[in-house]
Formats: sequence, structure tokens, C-alpha cells
Amino acid sequence: MKPQTIFDKIWSRHIVDQNPSGECLLYIDRHLIHEVTSPQAFEGLKNNKRKVRKPLMTLAVPDHNVPTTERRFGITDNESRIQVEKLIENCREFGIPFFPIEDLRQGIVHIIGPEQGFTLPGTTLVCGDSHTSTHGAFGSLAFGIGTSEVEHVLSTQTLILKPAKNYLINFVGELKKGITAKDVILHLIGKIGTAGGTGFVFEYAGKVIENFSMEERMTICNMSIEAGARAGLIAPDNKTFEYLKDKPLSPKGKEWDKAIDYWKTLKSDKNAHFDKKIDIIASSIEPQVTWGTSPEDVVSISSSVPDPAKIKNTDKRQSAERALDYMGLEPGQKMCNIDINTVFIGSCTNGRIEDLRKAAEILNGRKINKKVRAFVVPGSGLVKKQAEEEGLDKIFMSSGFEWREPGCSMCLAMNADKLQPHERCASTSNRNFEGRQGRGGRTHLLSPEMAAAAAIKGKLFDVRKL
Amino acid sequence: MEKFSELTGIVACLELSNIDTDMIIPKQFLKTIKRSGLGKGLFYEMRFDENEKLIPEFILNKSPYNESKILVALENFGCGSSREHAPWALTDFGIKVILAKSFADIFYNNCFKNGILPIKLLGEEIEKIINFSKNKFLELEINLKKQTIKGSEINLSFEIDEYKKTCLLNGWDDIDLTLKKENLISEFETKNNDSWLEPRRNE
Ligand code: SF4
Repeated sequence: MKPQTIFDKIWSRHIVDQNPSGECLLYIDRHLIHEVTSPQAFEGLKNNKRKVRKPLMTLAVPDHNVPTTERRFGITDNESRIQVEKLIENCREFGIPFFPIEDLRQGIVHIIGPEQGFTLPGTTLVCGDSHTSTHGAFGSLAFGIGTSEVEHVLSTQTLILKPAKNYLINFVGELKKGITAKDVILHLIGKIGTAGGTGFVFEYAGKVIENFSMEERMTICNMSIEAGARAGLIAPDNKTFEYLKDKPLSPKGKEWDKAIDYWKTLKSDKNAHFDKKIDIIASSIEPQVTWGTSPEDVVSISSSVPDPAKIKNTDKRQSAERALDYMGLEPGQKMCNIDINTVFIGSCTNGRIEDLRKAAEILNGRKINKKVRAFVVPGSGLVKKQAEEEGLDKIFMSSGFEWREPGCSMCLAMNADKLQPHERCASTSNRNFEGRQGRGGRTHLLSPEMAAAAAIKGKLFDVRKL
Repeated sequence: MEKFSELTGIVACLELSNIDTDMIIPKQFLKTIKRSGLGKGLFYEMRFDENEKLIPEFILNKSPYNESKILVALENFGCGSSREHAPWALTDFGIKVILAKSFADIFYNNCFKNGILPIKLLGEEIEKIINFSKNKFLELEINLKKQTIKGSEINLSFEIDEYKKTCLLNGWDDIDLTLKKENLISEFETKNNDSWLEPRRNE
């Protein structure tokens, strides 16, 4: 048989039907849904009197729109409340399991999937959310879809898709001390650009990836979409199996053994064909921080804001000028001299327990700068509980951080957590688009460690120099 | 699904790359549980100032561009969030065709589900259209069947996936098509009955 990549293996195993022009009807094993991109899909089902084919292959949770402050009195914002209620109502009607906001297991959809063992290697997993690529860290072919496709999956458990091309991202050598997964992925996006991966599924490989924990691998795969790739994949290994063992929804007993047998085959064959490859020298990666309004607008903390005048490509030059104007920055300004007002630690990129531990380690015994408003939003109720058991909440709060309830929060600012115009934020989320964290708000993406350092200093700062 | 076969309309150019779906429809409009009425939120932060007043200089606020059916942009149109609210807002506003140098995957797919035709053109073709519409407004005639774009001095053809073209021309609903293959799906489920895949067998 022709040598295959992990992507090829998962893809071919899921083909239900294929038409002559190459579109496949692909079987979907796992479907995560949330309150924002699902109501119109359920409406479509009802209007057409369609059923949900496999309610138990679906898991629902409200996350995008939920408040992260006191929840005892429910959701005060009317529209948000209706959207969350609608999700629960739809799930009840169609028999789909869900975690309501009072449930300890509630959290960001991409955090709870792995946490529950709903995400498994070798499966196809989709969600009406672009950061579904996160689940690729487990060797699951996972990608974001639109609401029409959500409806398609609900009613048929399949999708009509053309196969993607394979792109091998190979990290050569080892990282320098103090370099995080967030630095690695930002560096990659800076290198290949936000459209560099369009039409591709990434496979991340190399010692750096092998050495990463599951949490770090999720951070990497999460931002594959910011490089334009539909999905990111990492070959499952013992770390993956360890992580999944005994999770509430992962297979048990004999089923577990069977699953492991299959999961172990999920490696790209020797000589498998990749349409594109890139080698990244791991030791060249420094702590990264974005300066503009696209995740590709990224430099290392020791450098300066780039000068658009030096960019030859007209489109790119104009984008850079516009970005600097929006961000209120001057060419040549040192990154580490940029004052910030707000720090946000959370999101599906960096809202997991390890992220909180690492930020807390930096903050332990220190106080944040007086001008800075800083808050931590754990990725899920379970992350929050774990952190509290370890006393991380105390560290955060005594340093001056607010400790919040789980959700997407200021990653997209759909709830009350937003930036004011011109407010500048050091954020562990994944998008620095114009207005993403609130109209006129200015976002600098970085790692949790760097976010903690920024909070202490009141400006962007190299955490290694603290 | 809505059909698309041909259309003549005025071109509005947004000379930007990486127009993301947050820009196309900001999050405050995502709280809806309907598909309709999103046109008012299209490019909201570019069309309206902080006091919700129309910004007259923005192209889609100017006549005749406020009635444009064709939008032109540079690279990587529709990147970012998977929100289908983006194509919903575009069609509700009246935009049925988007010409760009490249598109982000999810957005590109979402267009077809909503009767919008996204057309990928070469860099120089986009530049040409932008230059033409600089001083006077440009009207283009888009024909999906023939895969052509015509207007004063503009005569282009474009590529499109056969399957997507057929679906759009006929206004076929993907779900209906797939439900016709129910037997194949059931067969697949029986054949690939990996017991470990059932998430709640052992609960
Ligand atoms: S945390 Fe941010 S990126 Fe992740 S799912 Fe929520 S809104 Fe999307």
C-alpha cells in the first residue's frame, strides 16, 4: 500500500462515499456545539422536520457568551441568556448531552472535549468554531465548520468535503530555556503568514513536539487556523494515552485496549508524501509578542516595531501602516517599552491548568503594576477547581489579579469583559484582530508567562529577565 | 439553498488583505438566534462611528456603492472565526459575489451554503478591477454557467469546482442530497462499528 500520512489514514477510514470530482462524504465521529453557532442549525432541523442522527456523538456547552463574574443570579444580559437557554432547550429536545453553566464541567468547548475524553485519536471531530484545530493535538482530525455544516452533521453525521493537502512542520533541534509552546506557534505563523496553510492540514513533528506536554501540544494545534490551515495534527503517543486514560468518556477495559491498538498505527509512514514541508530551527525561537492586528504581525520581545516603509509588497506595507495606526505604535519603538493597561490570561489557547500554573509561578510573591487591570479566566470549571486545590487562585488574587468563572470571555469579548477604545492588552488568546477584544481595543498576543511579566511591569517585558 | 446563475451589479472595492470575519460582522451581532437581518451589522465598525453614526466616507455608505452586489478585496478574505453570520450579513446587505486574490477555507465553504459566489482571481486581475473602479463606478456581469466576468474593458474567466458550481446553479441543499445516501451512511456505520468509539457505552 502507498505510504500514508496521519491525515491520509484518518481521512480514508472515514469515507462513506466519493463523487467523481473528488468530494467525499466523510463520516464524523465527534461533534461539539456551543450557543453561538448552533441556534440557526437547530432552527433548520425543525423547519425541515429533520432528526439528529447520533445525539450521543454530540456534546454541547455554552461558553462564548457566558458571564465570568458572579453567576448565582443567572445571565443578566437578555440576548446572551436567550442564546444559552436556546442551546439547552434544543439539546433537551433532540436528546443531546450538555453541560449547563452551573455544571462543574462547563467550560470552553475545546477545553472540555479533551478533558472529558470526548476527543480521541483517529476520530473526525468538528465544531462550529475555527479553533477546533486544538483537538489535533490528540491525533484527531479536527476542524471548524459553519452553521450550515453544523446542521449537516447533526442530521447526517457526515460532511461533504474535499481532502486537504499535507504540510509537514518539522521542528529541528531543541528550544532554548524559557521558550513556550505559544512562542513556537507564533513564530511559525510569523514565518509562513496567516494564509500560509490555506488548503493544508499541518502535521507537527520533531523533538520539540515530542517533548511537549498534551497542554502544550493543544496550544500549538489551536493556532493552526491562524496560519490558515484547516487542522493541525500530532501523532498520538504514550503521553496522549496517559492523558486520556480514565477520562469520563474515554473507552474502558477491553475497549481501551482495542482503541490503543488502533491509535498506535496513527503515525505517518516512512516516505509518506507531503505536498509541502518546512524545517524550523527550534533554537532560533525567542519569546514572541504581536505588534499588529494579525497573528502574523509578530516579533521577538527584544526587537522593535517594524517599519512599514521597509516592506516592498504594497498590500503588506499598507496593512502594516493601517495596523500601526490602529495599534497606536511608531515604527522602531522597542517592544519591551510598550505600556499596557490590561492583562487577560485564558482562552482555548492558554486557559488550561498548566498555563495557569506557569503564570502563577511567575506571579508568586509579586504584585502586579498598579495601573494594570488583570484577570484570569480558567478554561473550564474543572481547571478552576484544580487550580483552587493547588492554591493558584490565592497566588493570582494576592498579586492583584481577578479570579473569574470559566468561559471564552475577553478572547472575543462577547460578554461583559471587553477593552475600551485605545486600551492596550497583553493577552494569552489567539486573535489580535481590530476590535476583537472590544471596539478600538489593542491586543498583544503572548504566552501566559509573558502575560504575567507584563502585568508585573505594566509593560511588555521579557519574562526571562524578571 | 439559494440559487445563483448570473448577476449584474456595481463593484465596491475594499483594498485590504486579511479581511476577517470579526470585521465583516462584529461579535455584538452574534447574539442573535436568527439568520436574517444581519445586513445592518455588516462591516459595522467601518460603517459606523462610536456614536453609531454613519461614516460617510466608507465605500459601502456611499451611493451607488451602498447598492453594490459585488465586493472586491485582496488576499485571504474571510479569515478568522468560522461564523456563518459573515455570509448571512453579506447577502442580507445585498452582496452576492466576492472577488479576491484568495479566501480563507471555512468562509469560502460557508459562502456556497448561502448562495454567495466567491471567485478567486489572479493578483493582476484584481488590480485591474480596482484601477478601473477608482474614478468611475464599474458594473460587472458575472455568469456562473459560462464562468465569465464582463464589464467595460474587463473580460475575464474564472475557475470553480464543478460540484460546487452545480449545487449553486441548482440551489441544491446539501443535506437533502446527503439524506438520499442514508443507506450508505448506515452501511458505513455497521461496517465500521468500532465499539470503542461509542462515547457513552460504559457510562
Ligand atoms: S476561547 Fe476564544 S478562540 Fe477559543 S473558542 Fe472561545 S472565543 Fe473561540
